[in-house]
Amino acid sequence: MENEQVSFLQGCLGCVQLLIPVFLLALGFFVGRANERRHYRSIHEREQRWLSVPALANKTIEDPRPVAQAKLVVGEVVISVDYWKRIASILRSLIGGEVRSYSSLLDRARREAVLRMKTQAPSAHAFYNVRLETTSIAGGRNRKSIGAVEVLAYGTAVRFKE
Amino acid sequence: MILTNLESVPGRTIVEHYGLVNGSTIRAKHVGRDIMAGLKNIVGGELKGYTELMNESRTQAIERMVAQAQELGANAVVNVRFSTSQVAQGAAELYVYGTAVKVA
Repeated sequence: MENEQVSFLQGCLGCVQLLIPVFLLALGFFVGRANERRHYRSIHEREQRWLSVPALANKTIEDPRPVAQAKLVVGEVVISVDYWKRIASILRSLIGGEVRSYSSLLDRARREAVLRMKTQAPSAHAFYNVRLETTSIAGGRNRKSIGAVEVLAYGTAVRFKE
Repeated sequence: MILTNLESVPGRTIVEHYGLVNGSTIRAKHVGRDIMAGLKNIVGGELKGYTELMNESRTQAIERMVAQAQELGANAVVNVRFSTSQVAQGAAELYVYGTAVKVA
């Protein structure tokens, strides 16, 4: 009788051990997707507002108007990788090809960093020489895995004399 | 102190060049040590604590560069660039550099 109970408990424990990563994966997938969609909506809305103030990669100002003020502005964001993205990238590394789960992460981070840079100078007419710097932050147990991604966007905010 | 990442300050003329000035900070970043970041590692999303940390270390690096420029007698730093690199495992250096100049 006791042996049956022990093996039943062992079976339960085995089940639970298997279910935990599946649960985390499901959490990462559903909550992660929802977070990403919400972030993209916020990015779209803010980009519409800032559409008239362009972020340019040009070094030279082609505008004939004289410059009233120019200053360096910086925008920065650190976004973490979720469980589903990590598993998807491991699976992708077996087959090869584009890691689409990380592409959306970097795209969000870059657009967010540029938007934050623009909010540093609300009265500017344009942003010149916009550059992006990307760094990866080490993950949890395994130092080689990526825990989060940091994007730094910087440029010169220029306001012209009217 | 005027800072720009263009090659000159638009609308002003450079009267004197003082040379390269720089500032740097090294930050240790490890998501695993942070419990909140560990949770965020399951669902994803922005790590606000880390963004704050990066902001502070970046401001510090810029302040160091500006201090160097002030010592030389400059009133502007042009062509400012940022560069990041992994120094040790889990530590990254943020390096900011530019040309110290005097503008009229």
